[in-house]
Amino acid sequence: MQVRIVGQVKRVNGPVITVKGITDAMMMELVNVGEQKLVGELVKLSGNEAVVQVYEDATGIAPGDNVYGTGMPLSVELGPGLIGTIYDGIQRPLEELKEACGDYIRRGINRPSVNRSKIWRFEPVIAAGQEIGPGMVIGTVLETERVVHKILVPPGLPGMKQKARVVSVAPAGSYTVEHIVCTLDIQGAEVPLSMLQRWPIRIPRPVAERKSLRVPLITGQRVIDMLFPLAKGGTVAIPGGFGTGKTMTQHAIARWCDADIIVYIGCGERGNEMTDVLREFPHLIDPRTGRSLMERTILIANTSNMPVSAREASIYTGITLAEYYRDQGFHVAIMADSTSRWAEALRELSGRMEEMPAEEGFPAYLPTRVAEFYERAGYMKTLSGKEGSVTVIGAVSPPGGDFSEPVTQHTKRFVRCFWGLDRALASARHYPAISWLDSYSEYVDEVSAWWDQKSDGMWRKSRTEIMELLQKEVRLQQIVKLVGPDALPDSQNFILEVCTLFKTAFLQQNAFDDVDRYSTVEKQMRMLEVILTYWHLGSAAISKGVTMVKIRRMKVVQEIARMRLTVPNDDISELDRIALRLERSLSQLGGIYDEK
Amino acid sequence: MMRNNPLVGLDQKLVSGREYVGASRIDGPLVYMRNTHPVGYGELVECMDSAGIRRTGQVLDTSDSVVVVQLFEGTSGLTLPGTRMRFMGEPLTLDVSEQMLGRVMNGLGHPRDGAALPKGEEELDVNGLPVNPTAREYPRDFIQTGISVIDGLTTLIQGQKLPIFSGNGLPHNQLAAQIARQAKVRGGKSDFAVVFAAMGVKYDVARFFIDSFEETGVLDNVALFLSLADDPSIERTITPRTALTLAEHLAFNKGKQVLVILTDMTNYCESLREISTLRGEIPSRKGYPGYLYSNLAELYERSGKITGRDGSITQLPILTMPNDDIGHPIPDLTGYITEGQIVFDREMYGRGIYPPVNGLPSLSRLMKDGIGEGMTRADHPHLANQLFASYSHVKDVRNLASVIGEEELTSLDHQYMEFGDFFERKFVSQAFTEDRSIEETLDLGWKALGHLPAEELQRVTDQELEEHYGR
Repeated sequence: MQVRIVGQVKRVNGPVITVKGITDAMMMELVNVGEQKLVGELVKLSGNEAVVQVYEDATGIAPGDNVYGTGMPLSVELGPGLIGTIYDGIQRPLEELKEACGDYIRRGINRPSVNRSKIWRFEPVIAAGQEIGPGMVIGTVLETERVVHKILVPPGLPGMKQKARVVSVAPAGSYTVEHIVCTLDIQGAEVPLSMLQRWPIRIPRPVAERKSLRVPLITGQRVIDMLFPLAKGGTVAIPGGFGTGKTMTQHAIARWCDADIIVYIGCGERGNEMTDVLREFPHLIDPRTGRSLMERTILIANTSNMPVSAREASIYTGITLAEYYRDQGFHVAIMADSTSRWAEALRELSGRMEEMPAEEGFPAYLPTRVAEFYERAGYMKTLSGKEGSVTVIGAVSPPGGDFSEPVTQHTKRFVRCFWGLDRALASARHYPAISWLDSYSEYVDEVSAWWDQKSDGMWRKSRTEIMELLQKEVRLQQIVKLVGPDALPDSQNFILEVCTLFKTAFLQQNAFDDVDRYSTVEKQMRMLEVILTYWHLGSAAISKGVTMVKIRRMKVVQEIARMRLTVPNDDISELDRIALRLERSLSQLGGIYDEK
Repeated sequence: MMRNNPLVGLDQKLVSGREYVGASRIDGPLVYMRNTHPVGYGELVECMDSAGIRRTGQVLDTSDSVVVVQLFEGTSGLTLPGTRMRFMGEPLTLDVSEQMLGRVMNGLGHPRDGAALPKGEEELDVNGLPVNPTAREYPRDFIQTGISVIDGLTTLIQGQKLPIFSGNGLPHNQLAAQIARQAKVRGGKSDFAVVFAAMGVKYDVARFFIDSFEETGVLDNVALFLSLADDPSIERTITPRTALTLAEHLAFNKGKQVLVILTDMTNYCESLREISTLRGEIPSRKGYPGYLYSNLAELYERSGKITGRDGSITQLPILTMPNDDIGHPIPDLTGYITEGQIVFDREMYGRGIYPPVNGLPSLSRLMKDGIGEGMTRADHPHLANQLFASYSHVKDVRNLASVIGEEELTSLDHQYMEFGDFFERKFVSQAFTEDRSIEETLDLGWKALGHLPAEELQRVTDQELEEHYGR
């Protein structure tokens, strides 16, 4: 890095450093502090003083130490080799740091984010003499067995307004990321391009246009896909107190959702959880492609004991990587666990900068930052004309499980889907503990066309019916709490019975069971139909005079209760047989009354 | 650490190299020094008062005009002109050695028992360094504590951090002592050591632990760091760091299985709040500093296992929930960092149940990979799940019973009441000296489920029912 001294340290207060003697530093410039070259970002300029937040532990930094400028904003490196890698919050590759300095992360060390020596097989898709615009594809690289990485013309090249002429393209061959693969003629100047590019993390990457959301992100989690669907390009918040299963839900989605690329950000969470993902993902097989899940996953681990300012940056690092793959025409899902830790990092830094706090010590710009982050999601037409999307799934950790706190409230304003986790459900080990009363999805209308096409128009109707039953159940439960279940007539008791069955047989899903951890669209639909058949035929039988006790004791009810565990995804014909047995058993019971 | 900056424009008070006489302000445990040479952030400071008593401190804030030092042994007796400060140019370190086992030290690691400390094997920064997540080994070795409610429902795993959320007057110390005494890894490595850090607890509590270790003859394998209720409160902020530094040395350099007991984390957090308030920082919830989460994480994350090293650190922090409120910032933030929690229930204790662990809010996040076939027993995961589900229904039935009267309950609900009583009286409840094997615990769990009809048990498989139910 070039040696350019931008100032000297004046004061050190944790990760916030005041610098004096500033001459030509710019806002958001990446700087190195002291002789240990700690990485920092310049966040405030005033007169000849500046405030720098450092991304590493500041111990030992003293007044008078030099601060070096790099002349560029905090950026990520983009290119083949990102997938399957684990990074910290400022995109330092953790595996390589471990090789460099052992089991602990020491300060002031750096390694290139994208491996420089690895050889990639490059296939050009353009030829010399063609015109090419920003964000368009130069060539492809097979990054993993399932990801064809497109090498793009970086958007925002200086002087490049419209299309530029290709002077030369490297022939198909094996190159490192720094090899020049293409030269463009931009206003008479020849600009060489390699497979490696940089993008500042706080600026969204440009797209051609935003499209409306139509396609659901299938997660394989029944309560989500059936009741509270998420659209590709949508945003969702998962709030829940500790132990309600935020991380488990995020992990389940990261494993089984039908996105092409997963960016998983462990933001201020437990070290062992990231180890869990690292240990498990390479061995898990994606049911759609038959390939290892690690071949589509990028991990960003900034655990709770790593520096707080890097935690603030990790969210932006993650979403920039997601946007880069979206621009190549992929559907990307990004999990941020947890956005509350990010908000708290903002609060801590704001406090150290002695800014005036708003609610609960959070800075007044918290809602702006939350909105900026979630607005980077979307279903886009990219600059190269392809379609790609970024779906954001943000966990929120409200203090005391109280959803009225600022982070949850502000997040709710900017997301359109809300999966509220319920402590009572978690205590009863009903997982995923997504409450069917607090949660909502504004995407129901948008994705119902897709679903109805898959299910002969049944999805919307069935969903409405079961949601109504769940609402009725709440009122009936209140009565039961006062007078006991015996006071209700069988027709109403049956509602309770169906809802209980629906909860145990459908809403609950065991993430550790080989069959149950993921349900195909077809299985989900068919399961719901079986339960609704039970409801329809059962209530018809009760109106004829069959007692509920008899219905409950039917052997087939036990089969329904276990169908999520016993019926495999690839052969759901057993569900048809269960439905048949159910119809037979109920008509037998009702038959006695018909004869009378 | 040598600095290039010339030491210009210094006050006459400079005594030698890095030593100054005369502070400009003293406020609680904080000492403000003016016109020093450029002092590094987090540097170790040695302070001497006019009577010649040495104290240790650390730089909290440094700038070219003023340096703020916090003194761990308090500031009483210091005078502004008589304070002599020596900046050591290096972070606070601890001379660690295996010989510290069997010794009693204060929060800074200085001996309390009068005798000299053995020569250290290594000098380590007490703040430690974050472990690279890729270097961690996922903990999965089951620790048998001999306590049914823990082994069966919130299984402790070697390398886990599992706090006890308790309240004043509840038997958390007994439970911690019982765990320390009975913990064993089946067929596993047995080179156990205990590191005990007391922060602001009473002398009697420390005495209880020492006696308990003595009785079982493990005292030689215990290192005690005591910063008692009458010691300066600021010392508590460094005590867990010192203790964990030794624990890391024992675990990762010496290959021991270390159990760290930290009590009481509530006192630790209050000391942090005290300093934060003194410095005029912007508070977040209930006056606690905004960095409380990060600060606690720096402690709790110093546990676990590292690939390629033999040892492990299992943390058992104890905290008393102020006003028994689990939503209070201290238990709340702790729960977000630790891998589960063991929650005490005052009402259960009132009914004479020991240990008064409320199974429903209690949780062990690492349990899923440490139980089951080959580790505990094949039926364990489903059994635990079923016990949770059934017991949570008991609570509903009891509420209903208190409204409509027990006589009005259905026969099924009566069975649930019986199950609930058996579960609490026989499964959860056990003696302070009782050490149950995991098989006993699981069989007892099935015995409890025997009070319920088989149709109600939907979380276990038919095969498990056949093997264990009603036997």
